[in-house]
Amino acid sequence: MDQQIIKLTGLTKHYGTFKAVNELNLNINKGEIFGLLGPNGAGKTTTILMIMGLTEPTEGTAHVCGYNSTNDPISVKKHVGYMPDSVGFYDNMTALENLMYIGELNGIPTDELEERALEVMDIVGLSEDAIHKKTAAYSRGMKQRLGLAEVLIKKPQVIILDEPTLGIDPSGVKEFLSLIRRLSRERGLTVLLSSHHLYQVQQVCDRVGIFVKGQLLVEGNLDNLSKKLFSEKTHEVCISLKDEVEIPWREESALLQLGYIQNVLVDGKKIEITSVEDVTPEIVRFFVEKGYPVTGVQKKEYGLEDIYQKYFENNIREEIYP
Amino acid sequence: MKAIINSFERHYFTKSLNNPVNPFWVMVRKEVSGHIRSWRFIILLGLILLTFWGATAVSMANLRDVVTKVKDVDQLFLYLKLLTTTEGALPPFHVFLNFLGPLLGISLGFDAMNSEQQNGTLTRILAQPVYRDNLLLSKFVGSMILVSTLLFSLSLLMIGGGMIITGVMIEAEEVLRIISFNVLCTVYVGFWLGVSILLSVLFKQASTSAITAIGIWLFFTVFYQIIIDIAVKAFAPGANEMSQIEMFRFNKVIINLLRLAPSQLYNDATTTLLMPSVRSLGPITMEQMAGAIPSPLPLRESLMIVWPQLSGLIAATVLCFAFSYYCFMRREIRT
Repeated sequence: MDQQIIKLTGLTKHYGTFKAVNELNLNINKGEIFGLLGPNGAGKTTTILMIMGLTEPTEGTAHVCGYNSTNDPISVKKHVGYMPDSVGFYDNMTALENLMYIGELNGIPTDELEERALEVMDIVGLSEDAIHKKTAAYSRGMKQRLGLAEVLIKKPQVIILDEPTLGIDPSGVKEFLSLIRRLSRERGLTVLLSSHHLYQVQQVCDRVGIFVKGQLLVEGNLDNLSKKLFSEKTHEVCISLKDEVEIPWREESALLQLGYIQNVLVDGKKIEITSVEDVTPEIVRFFVEKGYPVTGVQKKEYGLEDIYQKYFENNIREEIYP
Repeated sequence: MKAIINSFERHYFTKSLNNPVNPFWVMVRKEVSGHIRSWRFIILLGLILLTFWGATAVSMANLRDVVTKVKDVDQLFLYLKLLTTTEGALPPFHVFLNFLGPLLGISLGFDAMNSEQQNGTLTRILAQPVYRDNLLLSKFVGSMILVSTLLFSLSLLMIGGGMIITGVMIEAEEVLRIISFNVLCTVYVGFWLGVSILLSVLFKQASTSAITAIGIWLFFTVFYQIIIDIAVKAFAPGANEMSQIEMFRFNKVIINLLRLAPSQLYNDATTTLLMPSVRSLGPITMEQMAGAIPSPLPLRESLMIVWPQLSGLIAATVLCFAFSYYCFMRREIRT
């Protein structure tokens, strides 16, 4: 049980009558990368602020590394590195000065301060000439890197990143996320990152939690999530043909007799087939034997996007028809 | 016993070797260096140096006349004269400071907290293992260190320059008076710094807090006296209808009302400190005057007179600061 480095029990935050976070229970294990997903205004940042002890929860407790975030925020902050969604630096100081200032605040001895600052700058990939530049001249991506350097300089056990991919170009995102993953694996760091960019999170997270309107709808790894969600229509194959088929399609009943196939939907040149088991080879053989000119076979897989979409849709639907 | 010594040594050793500086002083140092490098401070410094130079140059030029007028050599107070003598063209330095001080305090503090919040540095700093109040306190202490250093070095420059030019040795009493004058100025600037830091906590936009601070300052320097004036004219009975005792009491009330303005407190206190001949800040009856020797007051007596003013200024500063604490400690820090 001591593997759980972040423990949230019944965490609730009200702003007046508005419930930003509602009865959140969540455990994050040591060394894992957890993605907190949700649309804007879902309460992700509020949750993170409560974990850091920067905001008081209305109810419930947050424990990080065994410390209570509300009563003992200083101990939590010693072990947790936090990068806010809008990283800002003192523009009149150079990057190295900014970094060393944070290092000093963390009580790093002066004699090893500069060495350590340069080391983390190297890890996050800030080059030699960027180090002595004023941060006012930094691009968004460089600021993000400097933010990560600043998180790393205190040698944390847990890293919390709030929207780390916001505003960086796609190649930068990929590089940044792989950097985070590498760091987590090499040093056994626990990472909690929040985002609304789903496909990015999909690449790096061990586990995700979908967070909508202050509630954690579902959590688990991606396979579990898709199994849970799409139990009723597990496999979908879309066959594209060269010519249009006339409706009603005469082979439909023959196809249905293949077994496992639940539903066949014909739409011009495309035929969508839903089945309980993966019977793609059989379906293709069926079409070939019947002499249809098949131009493409597409197997639909459910990614995080679909999962999220599904949850989000359900939620909106509930809102419209309560 | 040995164990105690050992543990003490170990403690001392680790402290001296790794010297992890207290985060509070790290923040103060950053504040001071940030201010010194900023254009804002350089401009203010230039302004204050210029007025100081102007005021001192004028009093230097008129010093000979003033000194020859003094009959008793014991009551010369040459260096205090240097600070207060004017020809009428340029007000003396302490009067200048009466309005430059607020400007200094306001400009050093008006964006203390809200700029941090706007730039997104506030969340970052508070995510480090530091106490939230230390940040607020470091803003205040950092600026106060700057202001006091500035004022003290100006005074010392003045004393040094005066010694070279006139060749007159400074007396201990003058040194003490000048030092207390400096302390008073620092407290006065500190009050305005407290006000502007409070406003920087209250308002999210730096410009709003700057304008508000300047508004408060203008209110107290210009409009407050006018308002009191109008109120007195409206409520006061005619001078003929009052007995002398009533008149006396009435005057006292007016002066006390005026003293609600910090600039009035500052004015009262500096005049008493720099002009030893000032014996009282309110109206005095003939009975009180009877038997008084027309000589300068000793320092202790002058200090006694300014004590209420000084404590009033300190109280106002503390009040502002306490209120900004109250507002800042529980607020949401996200941008």
